Amino acid sequence: MSGAPPSGEERTASDKRDFKRELTDVVPHLRAFARGLCGRPDLADDLVQETLLKAWAAQDRFEPGTSMRAWTFVILRNAYLTDMRRNRFRGEYDEGVAERILTAPAGQEEPIHLSDLHRALLTLPAERREALLLVGAGGFSYEEAAAICGCAVGTIKSRVGRARAALTEMLANGSIPRRSTGDDVAHSAILDELDEVAAGNGVSTRG
Amino acid sequence: MASNHRQGGNGKGGDGNARQRPPEWADGLNQLYDSVVEEALPDTFRDLLDRLDAMPSKRGGGEGPSGSPESGR
Repeated sequence: MSGAPPSGEERTASDKRDFKRELTDVVPHLRAFARGLCGRPDLADDLVQETLLKAWAAQDRFEPGTSMRAWTFVILRNAYLTDMRRNRFRGEYDEGVAERILTAPAGQEEPIHLSDLHRALLTLPAERREALLLVGAGGFSYEEAAAICGCAVGTIKSRVGRARAALTEMLANGSIPRRSTGDDVAHSAILDELDEVAAGNGVSTRG
Repeated sequence: MASNHRQGGNGKGGDGNARQRPPEWADGLNQLYDSVVEEALPDTFRDLLDRLDAMPSKRGGGEGPSGSPESGR
C-alpha cells in the first residue's frame, strides 16, 4: 500500500529489483507446474524460460504486492496452451521424472508409484489436469485457480472433482495407459479439448 | 511475496466437500510438485534473468538467448 508506485510511471530501480527477486523465487514453482502440465523435464524447463521472458517483458503490468506465483502461472499456462497447439509437446512422458515410490499410507498394501500417478495425470484433459495441479498440488484456493484459468469458481471445483475421480479410478484399476501409447491417447484427448479451451469455450461445456 | 499460501493438507478449501475426503494419492500429487520445487535450480534460469536485467531498456534489444523474447502477441 505505502510504497506503490504512481501508475503509469517508470518503475524505480527498487521496483525492478523486487520484481527480479520475486520472479527468481517463483522459478521452482514454475518448474513444478510446468512439469505437471507437460511431463518432460526438458520441455517443462523450456516452458519456464519462455515464461520468464514473457514475464520480464510484461513486468510493468505486474502489480507489486500481488502474488507473483499466480501472475506467472497465468503466463505459463497460456504459453503452454499456445505451444500445445503448435505441437511442441508431442514428446513422450519421461519416466525419469519419478520412479520413486510413494510412502504407502497406513493400511494400504500397494504403494502408489509417483510415476504412475504422473502418467495418469498426463492422460487427463488439459483443463482438468491444470485445475488439479493448481489446487491439489500447488495449493491454490479454488478462487485463485479460477482467476488463473479465467473461469468460474464452480467450474474449477467441477474440474478438480472430475480429475480426482478419474485418477482414483485409474489408480484403483491399474488402468493407467502405458507410456508410449498412453501419450498418444492423452495427447489426442488433450488436443481435442484444447481447441475449446483456447477458443475461450473452456468454461465448462461439460459442467 | 504476498500470498503464497499453501493449503498444505487441505486446511480450508473444502466447502461442500466435507464428505469427499481427498483420495489416498492426493499426497502423491503434493509430493510430485514439491519434489520439483525442491530440486536444485539449474543456473540457466538465474543466468537468463541476469541477462535480461542487464539489458538496457525494458523492451530490450531483442538480445534474448535465441531470438526475440516476445515474438508472438
